[in-house]
Amino acid sequence: MSGPSTYEPKYAAAKWMDKRLPIIRMGVDFMGFPSPRNLNYWYAFGGILSLCLMSQILTGIILAMHYTPHVDMAFDSVQRIRRDVPFGWLLQSMHAVGASMFFLAVYIHMFRGLFYGSYKAPRELLWIIGCAIYLAMMATGFLGYTLPWGQMSFWGATVITGFFGAIPFVGESLQQWLLGGYSVGNPTLQRFFSLHYLLPFVIAALVALHVWAVHHVGQNNPIGIDVKTKEDTLPFHPFYTMKDGFAIAVFLMIFALFVFYLPDALGHADNYQRADPMKTPPHIVPEWYFLPFYAILRAVPDKLLGIILMFGAIVVLFVLPWLDTAKVRSMRFRPTTRRFFYIFLFMCFILGWCGGNSPDDLAFTFGHKNVMVDGHEVSEAIGMTFKTLSRIGTIYYFGFFLFLLPVLGWIEKTKKLPDSITKAIHDGEA
Amino acid sequence: MSDTHISDGEHEDPSRRDFIYISTAAAAAVGAGSLAWPLVSQMSAASDTRAAGSIEIDVSKIEEGQQLKVLWRGKPVFVRYRTQKEIDAADAVEIDGLRDPETDEARFRPAFDGKIHKNILVMVGVCTHFGCIPVGEAGDFDGWYCPCHGSHYDTSGRIRKGPAPKNMVIPEYTYISDTVIKVG
Ligand code: HEM
Ligand code: FES
Repeated sequence: MSGPSTYEPKYAAAKWMDKRLPIIRMGVDFMGFPSPRNLNYWYAFGGILSLCLMSQILTGIILAMHYTPHVDMAFDSVQRIRRDVPFGWLLQSMHAVGASMFFLAVYIHMFRGLFYGSYKAPRELLWIIGCAIYLAMMATGFLGYTLPWGQMSFWGATVITGFFGAIPFVGESLQQWLLGGYSVGNPTLQRFFSLHYLLPFVIAALVALHVWAVHHVGQNNPIGIDVKTKEDTLPFHPFYTMKDGFAIAVFLMIFALFVFYLPDALGHADNYQRADPMKTPPHIVPEWYFLPFYAILRAVPDKLLGIILMFGAIVVLFVLPWLDTAKVRSMRFRPTTRRFFYIFLFMCFILGWCGGNSPDDLAFTFGHKNVMVDGHEVSEAIGMTFKTLSRIGTIYYFGFFLFLLPVLGWIEKTKKLPDSITKAIHDGEA
Repeated sequence: MSDTHISDGEHEDPSRRDFIYISTAAAAAVGAGSLAWPLVSQMSAASDTRAAGSIEIDVSKIEEGQQLKVLWRGKPVFVRYRTQKEIDAADAVEIDGLRDPETDEARFRPAFDGKIHKNILVMVGVCTHFGCIPVGEAGDFDGWYCPCHGSHYDTSGRIRKGPAPKNMVIPEYTYISDTVIKVG
């Protein structure tokens, strides 16, 4: 796909450089990379994600100059960043909101890949590297959320590290090893800070592999057919640098709206309370981007099974290239699968909604019945609990990957694919 | 030995090469192992953390029906002076039907006089589900109730309903006088 390099150094200095370290050549080839000519705005999220990573690293390094990873000082040091450090309010807000924006972008990016079949051959490894990045992002987000040492930081860390305690036989020792003590405490905070600093650089390295893989196999596109001639492509610059640039500008406006007007909208008020190991907040909820997984965790009554399902929900993503048996990539040409995909998307939102609520509360009320409480007749609502709803969502989530995609690939009658990207554009199909 | 003439250098001795091969591999394996051990082990609880692992609690100040909450190893320990009603309720439970079968009796350690006093219940106040702190005198069994995902414990701290798999843990403890308990 990338083909032989067409770069010709013009100046003596450039020639000298090219013989010794062809880094200019690399940059020029990168900018001229032939991309399918029918890419839409869903393809701008790769660029947006790169920007997010750079922004998190930059603001994070600055926050680390003012932050103190100690249980007695962490909470105050973050408040000091917000109140006293010049522009600390801006940088802290950019980092905290940035984490949410990062996840928003990565989810769009992933659903995009799912819809256009970008995980299919020859892009399996590209997809898997992406899943690894997502996993590392989740770890980073979780570790970072512990750092401000508020009530949600503390109890979130307690619940999540508790997962490891559920592993049979070795669980308890493993958990103590992770925590560096009997419970979440100062050793935990210090190692979490160290790892939170490390992981973004691991992500950056994975991103390098990810981009390398994209450049090796070439980008997929909305109609999912291979690029056949040079006609089907456009050089990355100036066509997609412009398109990505415009998308980034819009994205940054949304980002700025949150940073300046709604800096706390995506967080939880309880995290403005200092961590207290003697008092559990009434509802422990993770950050919004973990809610669907939290719902899956709580959908089953058994602790270990809940954890297995929750991790399983991520494992299925890794093996997706071999679960979907269809030859056709893009769901534009898979009318039945497309409908099930929309239900899947909807179910992810449903699971997110369940994750943010108490399992025993009612999601929908169907009516009321009268019951006796302490000798008084009171009216009690009846309906579907969030637990039931999250079970439906969980079954659909796994059913989609493990049953629908393998089976639909065999039986679905797909629409006729266009002959080429260029022809599809002329026929108004791309 | 001395009268066997093998001209070293001219003649390749394969066993010598094997020796270098095996000894290098062995040294690498031992080296990697002995490096990995400290790298992994440094994450475990440090000596000072472990040394801070025991506390003494004076139970004489607790009135009947009251509960003391003390921090031990970063977790709360409940010391509850149970009422006769609570003890009777815990005794009346059918063991067979329990998720984590345990008699009320088995959840106590002998007092200073060597006898079991079932009024002072010492227990780690951490829900065995995901580690929240249950609230006292609450839930369907008037023991403890964990608000996080709805686990109900009875007056002995045994799990009766909800997602938690185990009874609340009884820590290692001993009476070091009539009224002072050492936990840990
Ligand atoms: C993958 C990229 C990253 C993600 C997803 C991420 C995520 C987070 C999150 C969710 C928080 C909690 C924010 C809050 O509630 O206030 C946080 C805090 C923090 N992060 Fe990051 N982070 C990333 C990269 C970095 C980097 C590269 C550094 C430093 C080298 C860093 C340093 C910090 C510090 C010092 C805090 C605590 C201060 C605070 O809470 O505002 N982060 N991070
Ligand atoms: S932590 Fe107590 S019920 Fe889940």
